[in-house]
Amino acid sequence: MNKAFNLVLFLSRSCSIWSRNIRVWGKLAGPSLMGNFGEPLLYLLVLGYGLGKFVGEVEGLSYMAFLASGVICTSAVNSASFEGMYSAYTRMDVQQTWMGMLATPIGVAEVVFGEILWAATKSLISVCAILIVATALGLVENAWAILILPIAFITGLCFSSLALLVTSYAKSYDFFLYYTTLFITPMVLLSGVFFPIDTLPDGVQVLAKAMPLYHAISLVRPLMTGGEVSSIFLHLSVLIMFGGVAGVLATERIKKRLIK
Amino acid sequence: MNSVNSPSVVVEASNLSKIYDNTAVVDKLNLTIESGSFCGILGPNGAGKTTTLRMFIGHCPIDGGELSILGQPMPRNASLVRESVGVVPQMDNLDPDFTVRENLQVYGRFFGISAKVLEKRIVELLDFSSLQDKADNKISELSGGMRRRLTLARALINNPKLLILDEPTTGLDPQARQAIWQKLRELKKQGLTLILTTHYMEEAERLCDRVIVMDHGKVMADSPPKKLIRDEIESHVLEVHTANESLVESLKQDPSIARFEQSGDIHFFYGDKLKIALDELENSSHDDYLFRPANLEDVFIKLTGRDLRE
Ligand SMILES: Nc1ncnc2c1ncn2[C@@H]1O[C@H](COP(=O)(O)OP(=O)(O)O)[C@@H](O)[C@H]1O
Ligand SMILES: [Mg+2]
Repeated sequence: MNKAFNLVLFLSRSCSIWSRNIRVWGKLAGPSLMGNFGEPLLYLLVLGYGLGKFVGEVEGLSYMAFLASGVICTSAVNSASFEGMYSAYTRMDVQQTWMGMLATPIGVAEVVFGEILWAATKSLISVCAILIVATALGLVENAWAILILPIAFITGLCFSSLALLVTSYAKSYDFFLYYTTLFITPMVLLSGVFFPIDTLPDGVQVLAKAMPLYHAISLVRPLMTGGEVSSIFLHLSVLIMFGGVAGVLATERIKKRLIK
Repeated sequence: MNSVNSPSVVVEASNLSKIYDNTAVVDKLNLTIESGSFCGILGPNGAGKTTTLRMFIGHCPIDGGELSILGQPMPRNASLVRESVGVVPQMDNLDPDFTVRENLQVYGRFFGISAKVLEKRIVELLDFSSLQDKADNKISELSGGMRRRLTLARALINNPKLLILDEPTTGLDPQARQAIWQKLRELKKQGLTLILTTHYMEEAERLCDRVIVMDHGKVMADSPPKKLIRDEIESHVLEVHTANESLVESLKQDPSIARFEQSGDIHFFYGDKLKIALDELENSSHDDYLFRPANLEDVFIKLTGRDLRE
């Protein structure tokens, strides 16, 4: 009973953080949406059209159809990462917004969880937008594709937790370039966004499969193209494991950083 | 629900300590603050004022001693305590993405206050802080004084039992400062318990019914401001500016001088009458001097020294 009450309290406080953020987003939704889905859409259209001419079919799909699921997952990764790094750092350090929140009954874990929820929501929003366009372009096979949305949200949870963990170490915005250059970009290039990973050397394939983006794509691609989804449990577990561990570590680190 | 009741003792600290880099920044502090009092904490930069206040709201782990706020053990019940505490931090952290009204709405939600209750409360608070006309302005459009009044209004959104203000008037012009003073007096009249830190002696003297002088994490003095001046220092001060050696020497001959200090080219003579020294000055050609009753600043300097801090 008491446990249930505490859980509800925790969630409702995290939601008040989430709703603060979505309220700010609502004021600037236009430019924000442009950034979040304009760029991935350009990639999809230009690369899909241009490269598609050379590449022809990949794994029995038109190149644009193959690319679409990769672009969707990458956009989920990027939206959550940006929000969990640059925007969260602004609120933590530059604007001291979190300190303001912590002068209310809200605690650090609730702030961090609220931010994770929010960054994952941003992933969901941009994936929604891209999915609508992809549907209009005829890149979506059937209605099962709607299940891409919860996958996008879970992918968002995973990468926003990782991003907040990075943020907990950050001393300035420049720090985030290490993470994007050394982790995010190589991961995007190697996880089967642009080409199937079985063309890569075995060792690199193992590395790619150890990273969460590969597992997001493995779930999204068949949903998009009407294929059969396999190893659902494995793929979901990897995303949830990464997110869970990073989320707990991020909370501990941020607690130490703010309450000192 | 299980919010704190109203105990007669609001703050109870015993041997409260905080250590940073092997230095006790708050050093075995013993302090009891009664409900309804307006308590000022004075101290030079780095004295440990902010750290002490941060411990009061669970923003700083305690390294030694015990602390209870509103009868609740800290930091264990920090969240519960913060339900009934208002905080005006040293550094503004208003939400720049929102208007004045939105700042209050969003903050109220953090306390879990329902939209309906909040709406009414916000009207009252905008009125109290004289920000009715600015309700829909962005934070960047407010003056420093308005921002501080909004921070004060925000701190009151939850109807706190204890209001903590860390240098609420630093950097404000005299008009803005007096506007804040007036609000704080009003709150005191309503029975709120207030704790404030300040660099301005005048502020503490006018507002507080109890002044705690703190330095190096320790309490140097603790009593009502008038009593502090009466007990801790001679009744009058003679300040002589740019005097030559021989004049200073002859002034020092006055037996009623209890204490003498020099700072730059100003000589301070402390005592009760100082009649002989004053006569001496009358008769000399030197007219750059000031004879005045001692004030809180003199007490402060006596207790914490004239050395510059940080
Ligand atoms: N997070 C911290 N880490 C290390 N030292 C700190 C920290 N916070 C405060 N201090 C030190 O503790 C001392 C007291 O600081 P503070 O409580 O802010 O003083 P005040 O508010 O009286 O000016 C200062 O010497 C300050 O440098
Ligand atoms: Mg301070």
